[in-house]
Amino acid sequence: MIQVSNLSKKFDSFCAVDDISFTVQPGEVLGFLGPNGAGKSTTMKIITGFLSPSAGEVTVMGHNVKKDPIAAQSEIGYLPEGAPSYDDMTVLASLQFIGKARGFFGKELQQRIESVVAKVELESVLKKRVETLSKGFRRRLGIAQALIHDPKVLILDEPTDGLDPNQKHQVRELIRNLSEDKTVIVSTHILEEVSAVCSRAMILANGKIVFDGTPAELAAKSDFHNAVTIRLGKHSEVVIAALKKLPNVKHVSVSSDDLITVFANDGQSILAEVNQVLQRGNCLLDELHVEVGRLDDVFRKVTLNATLEETTSEEQV
Amino acid sequence: MGAVKVILSRELQSYFATPLAYIFIVIFLVLSGVFTFYLGHFFERSQADLTSFFNFIPWLYLVLVPAVAMRLWSEERRSGTIELLMTLPISTGKIVLAKFLAAWLFIGLALLLTFPIWLSVNFLGEPDNGVILAGYLGAWFMSGGFLAIGSCLSATTKNQIVAFILTLVVCFLMIVSGFPIVQDVLSGWAPLWLVDGFANLSFLTHFDAISRGVIDLRDFVYFLVLIAAWLMATVLVIDMKKAD
Repeated sequence: MIQVSNLSKKFDSFCAVDDISFTVQPGEVLGFLGPNGAGKSTTMKIITGFLSPSAGEVTVMGHNVKKDPIAAQSEIGYLPEGAPSYDDMTVLASLQFIGKARGFFGKELQQRIESVVAKVELESVLKKRVETLSKGFRRRLGIAQALIHDPKVLILDEPTDGLDPNQKHQVRELIRNLSEDKTVIVSTHILEEVSAVCSRAMILANGKIVFDGTPAELAAKSDFHNAVTIRLGKHSEVVIAALKKLPNVKHVSVSSDDLITVFANDGQSILAEVNQVLQRGNCLLDELHVEVGRLDDVFRKVTLNATLEETTSEEQV
Repeated sequence: MGAVKVILSRELQSYFATPLAYIFIVIFLVLSGVFTFYLGHFFERSQADLTSFFNFIPWLYLVLVPAVAMRLWSEERRSGTIELLMTLPISTGKIVLAKFLAAWLFIGLALLLTFPIWLSVNFLGEPDNGVILAGYLGAWFMSGGFLAIGSCLSATTKNQIVAFILTLVVCFLMIVSGFPIVQDVLSGWAPLWLVDGFANLSFLTHFDAISRGVIDLRDFVYFLVLIAAWLMATVLVIDMKKAD
């Protein structure tokens, strides 16, 4: 479990993290989203004890990170941004070093390395030097280093950055399989990742939490939530006019390639109503689907709003 | 102490994983030979001691120890591995100590490899090996002092060259503070305690005493206190600056 309360971090005059509080329970996978510079990495660095906060407290599995960093750090597996490792060591030596530094020796060390190597599929590069590894293997070595002590809390800063689609899929599978009894925080730029691996999404902007909820709730904030997209066999202004008149329809947009999107008021379900109109008009359909919501659309809306508010409030001051 | 040993051995391995360590050792041995035999007039003096060797060691260390120290922390900060290292459940103090000890042992090894000079002097005459042993010990302790300064200054920057130059300048000041030039400048007007204080601050004052075979515990304590102080400063600098 991770508890963050009233956490702030200032660098000179710049406020990277601004009074945020949240709790992550075991079994939860929290996805940290946000534009560059929103405070994601800084928050993670404070949780892992690398940075000390300007104000506020963090406890990890009941250990206060500032007062008892060693106890907290033994519970945490951490993949720093960019997955740093010692270039001059082999993959095996790197894992041995991290394992020993975490207090495992002899047979136990060997077993742990074997199991973690199998988990992230590093067998083929064990004897290679880290500097010769591809981005994908580097990232996987980083994850292996974070997993070697089977930590209860896992903090991964952009674990899929720079991986190809297959490798991304692997890493996501890995995180999903891990997460049953662990507390996990993953930061990412990729919105699809949130729906793919996270049970909870949190958007940071300008050091503040601007959204905290499930990925489904995040999608529901989209204008596209429950919107119905149709393509008619034959263009018909009558049908479009009728759709516009429906009580729960906000507006109707027609794209240049005749794709009609019917937006719902407040994300209500409008499929039945739309369907009635289409049947009455005896329309032939080439395509029809209901949108869940577009995450990038919500992301832009939420983070831009936060930035706007920030600038206006600064102007008032 | 387990964690210190683990980090220490990783550090030592990484010295020898690249040609850097071997290059350093070769340069050190060649230069110490040149200094001893040509500039130090080892043969012409026809005395069975290593004075000509130990006279030049502080100047050799002035250039070579900062070269070892510069990568201690700058490199970790540049490559980002400092984040990996500092989020392990090991205190900053232990990590600083381990990295320092690894570098100190490495420099000690290079120093040991000058043994052919010792063999020559024993072959040619009958030197006082106790004095020579004291000289070696003194040289090693002095290198520790240089190294601790370098450790702290290396933690202040990501740039190894900057770390090297800063260390060189500070170490130079630590050497010359006991020099007649500085002493003469001071002795005209400064109270005696200040003049003595400056002389006592100098590496040379203490190293010369030890290498003449005058074993005074206070000279070793001087180096140990100096090392401890600079290592503590390293811990502070790292805790303050590790983020940028």
